[in-house]
Amino acid sequence: MAEVCAVVASTHHPFYYKTSTMPEAERPPFAAEWIAKIESFRETLTAARPDVLVMVGSDHFHQLWLDNMPQFLVGKAPFFDANWHNEEREFGLPKMRLPGQEELAAHLLRDGLDRDFDLAFSNELRIDHSITCPIITLRPEADLPIVPVYTNIFAPPLPQPRRFVALGKAIREMVESWESDLRVAIIGTGHLSLELGGPRQFGPTGPDPVFDRKAVDWIASGDIEGCLAEVSLDSLHAPGNATHGFMDFMLMMGAAGEGVAADFVETVDLFHTMEAYFTWYPGGDPR
Amino acid sequence: MSKYLVDKFLYSVDRDPELTERYRTEPAELVTWWEANLAGSLLNCIPAEQTTWLAFTDEERRALAAHDHVALFELGAHPFLTLTLFIALFERDHGPMEYQLAYARALDHVTQPYPDIAT
Repeated sequence: MAEVCAVVASTHHPFYYKTSTMPEAERPPFAAEWIAKIESFRETLTAARPDVLVMVGSDHFHQLWLDNMPQFLVGKAPFFDANWHNEEREFGLPKMRLPGQEELAAHLLRDGLDRDFDLAFSNELRIDHSITCPIITLRPEADLPIVPVYTNIFAPPLPQPRRFVALGKAIREMVESWESDLRVAIIGTGHLSLELGGPRQFGPTGPDPVFDRKAVDWIASGDIEGCLAEVSLDSLHAPGNATHGFMDFMLMMGAAGEGVAADFVETVDLFHTMEAYFTWYPGGDPR
Repeated sequence: MSKYLVDKFLYSVDRDPELTERYRTEPAELVTWWEANLAGSLLNCIPAEQTTWLAFTDEERRALAAHDHVALFELGAHPFLTLTLFIALFERDHGPMEYQLAYARALDHVTQPYPDIAT
């Protein structure tokens, strides 16, 4: 059976690529600390020696649109082109192409449906920065085959937080039941408190630093029960109008397991957001 | 109210550089043209199968034609779509982060709960 060699969760800040590739003299003052922390984070994935990456993210109204909106979708294709015109325009993200792992995608779809997750699928998916940002931070070679899993944290009505946790738990179990000798990392990105297009956007910190601290503690300690007791679809409006992206962190907590503390935890306070990075090693820390 | 159609306008104009530029330079004309020609266009369908019933309200039409992001927010347009498109329109005329912060300040009067964005 396949081995889950790492579970990795992070924020996906679209400006990391631009910040880390501009000439050093032009970089903003926060760049050095941010880049150093990302490089440490990257080492946690490298040490796990993955063969395949399951990539959990959320399409930002790129390919998935309100005329036909899936709640959870698995990409099954030999390749995935990546990044969109408006991401190139606003964030300076490059066009990319990532190989796909169709056998694992087929397994997740079949097994997921049999576990009562009515997963949608796509055989021609252009992925966006929710998946390419962690590729850039964690595996910039972009050489490993991926299985993209998209969640709807964006277009209400949204699934309940507990469904995100349950899907994460199921993805972990399904990967572990895949008849393969490959090493699989499950990587997912979301947000802590975030405001986009509202009065609290682009402040000196994330819109709700208190929520951010609490959220980092829940994730780092694997406190799924504590998190579920406080987080609801309604409550997530209060820390910032785009904070429902936190449910992708909850999905990753499900994949990591109840009560399982992360083996690597790092945060960076930027203006506008707190960035956070977590790695769990289900089979023991290889470092 | 046709929140869905407002979102569709923002979405389709944002992803097409030619439409983005037309919206920047001639917003009222573009909104009129878009509503007549693209409002009913359905992905993967031939023109004969376009949607027949979509139309803006007067206030939606006015807010879009006036580049009025505050009114769009209050109407429940998806804030991510409005922000992304308006950064493309106006960031070019401002210093770093200047436009984004002014955009936020124009919404300072807004209190929670924000307008419902469900479509």
